[in-house]
Amino acid sequence: MSGKTLYDKIWDSHLVKEREDGTSLIYIDRHLIHEVTSPQAFEGLRIAGRQPWRASANFATPDHNIPTTSQERKRGLQGIKDPVSKIQVSTLDNNCSEFNIFELKMNDFRQGIVHVVGPEQGATLPGMTIVCGDSHTSTHGALGALAHGIGTSEVEHVLATQCLMQKKMKNMLIRVDGELPMGVTAKDIVLAIIGKIGTAGGTGYTIEFGGEAIRSLSIEGRMTICNMAIEAGARAGLIAVDEATLEYIKGRPFAPKGALWDKAAQAWKELVSDEDAHFDSVVELQAAVIEPQVTWGTSPEMVSPVTGAIPTLENEADATKRGNIEQALRYMGLSGGTAIEDIQLDCVFIGSCTNSRIEDLREAAKVVAGKRVAANIEMALVVPGSGLVKQQAENEGLDKIFIEAGLEWREPGCSMCLAMNADQLGEGKHCASTSNRNFEGRQGFGGRTHLVSPAMAAAAAIHGHFVDVRKLA
Amino acid sequence: MKKFTVESGLVMPLDRANVDTDFIIPKQFLKSIKRSGFGVNLFDEHRYLDKGEPDTDNRSRPLNPDFVLNQARYQGASILLARDNFGCGSSREHAPWALDDYGFRVILAPSYADIFFNNCFKNGILPIVLPRQTIDELFAAVVANEGYALEIDLEEQTLCRPNASDIAFEVDSFRKHCLLNGLDDIGITLEDSELITAFESRWREKAPWYFAQSGNGAAENTEAAGE
Repeated sequence: MSGKTLYDKIWDSHLVKEREDGTSLIYIDRHLIHEVTSPQAFEGLRIAGRQPWRASANFATPDHNIPTTSQERKRGLQGIKDPVSKIQVSTLDNNCSEFNIFELKMNDFRQGIVHVVGPEQGATLPGMTIVCGDSHTSTHGALGALAHGIGTSEVEHVLATQCLMQKKMKNMLIRVDGELPMGVTAKDIVLAIIGKIGTAGGTGYTIEFGGEAIRSLSIEGRMTICNMAIEAGARAGLIAVDEATLEYIKGRPFAPKGALWDKAAQAWKELVSDEDAHFDSVVELQAAVIEPQVTWGTSPEMVSPVTGAIPTLENEADATKRGNIEQALRYMGLSGGTAIEDIQLDCVFIGSCTNSRIEDLREAAKVVAGKRVAANIEMALVVPGSGLVKQQAENEGLDKIFIEAGLEWREPGCSMCLAMNADQLGEGKHCASTSNRNFEGRQGFGGRTHLVSPAMAAAAAIHGHFVDVRKLA
Repeated sequence: MKKFTVESGLVMPLDRANVDTDFIIPKQFLKSIKRSGFGVNLFDEHRYLDKGEPDTDNRSRPLNPDFVLNQARYQGASILLARDNFGCGSSREHAPWALDDYGFRVILAPSYADIFFNNCFKNGILPIVLPRQTIDELFAAVVANEGYALEIDLEEQTLCRPNASDIAFEVDSFRKHCLLNGLDDIGITLEDSELITAFESRWREKAPWYFAQSGNGAAENTEAAGE
């Protein structure tokens, strides 16, 4: 019999019940909550007269709707101009207080994007099952937790039963071998992976990311990788636990302390796939050939190395794909054959649960230090992922570097990644964005998104078009 | 949840791969704290020519005559014919809520994104996976025949076409059981309360670190900075 994958191990340890057709009840250790996908679930509990099964397993923070200017934030809830958004944020506050759920409220200094704050607070621990009504919950897999997004009916289900009803996924291993070249980051790796396997390549799988290039990433970089597992179609991404994982977690507020820490750390060392584990699918990439990536279309798989060009319709044999490219180019206002470096930009967004951690901000700051944003850039936002990231960045003087270069330094939140608050990309505008989705209208009605790493976005801000960050080094 | 047994209805083709949930229902409509009323904003950015907001009166908005949903022949459709990777992207359950509220009860596609697929079953919508070739045939038939309708029988797991052979489809037996009987997942799971309690106490014993220091009761975690 072959050994177990990391996914098999976490699944097996949380299995409460399995039906004949494989539908299973899985115990959930941590439930993260934000304001957008939870109100209907709490309402469901109230209507049925139910209480949360284990209130202490829940952890909430508002992030999607909240304003990011300090002027608005100073005014608390009253600073949210959109009355509908304000109701959603105050509804979360009320629900958390009614059901005794831990919440970092909008102006708590630890508030931020739920996928940044969870790990930062130690609420994300290796070997946990973690769910949240948000597809980027896959982020937490970077710490060896089985984490994925769920719908609102399931949010209610987890609140009421502490379990989730689901079938086991298949196992996929994506191995990135070798050493990552200078100027190439976690974001470039994951975009290259999506370019290779497509946005449905991981559908039906849990993806484990491995290989030397993944192992050598910081925990922040690993989070960027797992964050976008969903953009490859996989609900959950995983990375095995190692010393770096334990070092990251130790001492965080929700992490175990003292003797309990020692025991936990010992147990977590088992959270790796066995050498003889069976994967249903294995994908291999060589780190050495990965270049900085830029998306040119309306799906994350429409991606090219910065040295490349937008594909031409003539070169695509498949009729369906040709249609997709045509549609994307029409929306993006671009034509096939254009060099990626020739794409002119109007806006830059550095932030989101993909790339708003301290390491991301450091990389971006390094590129813009002592320079000025290009004249054609109308808006350049830097939105830290949490209050603590913001504090750390300010301690390091990064805020000053950004402001002196002409970028705006904002308060933490999801901001222009999905543009539910006032931060929106204008119609027809091109944006170099460190977020995760370039769908039509994602960053604002008619907005045109190009997904890149923080360093690439920063370089684009300075030059007004895409440039290869490796040339700047 | 409402029961699903047999659905007969018009078919509307949406000939586009990778339709994401932002396409199905844009973000500004996610601010609602209700579960209903999303139907008028289904496919909003493609259905209307202007930008919609939650408080807009949709009756006065200019319709996009080129978008399939606005074409006279597809009015009242309850079966959505789609392409690969339907429902990818955000986990928002507002997507199936909008489809359901508009009146779609069945989706036919070669593949779906996992979270969306799952969300459909929680809302009495039946997403059916069919081979790519069958989907191509259905697209051709719908476009060629105005008023093209299908009958989907969940109990029998068949799709009946006019002037062509029936097509069998697969569905998980447990999900089928829940749809046929309109069963609420939470109710079913709570029948296993004792199992869950037993699991929880074993797990707490084995991995106490997952149960420590969280929630409002933990002193060091409750020092809020306040607003």
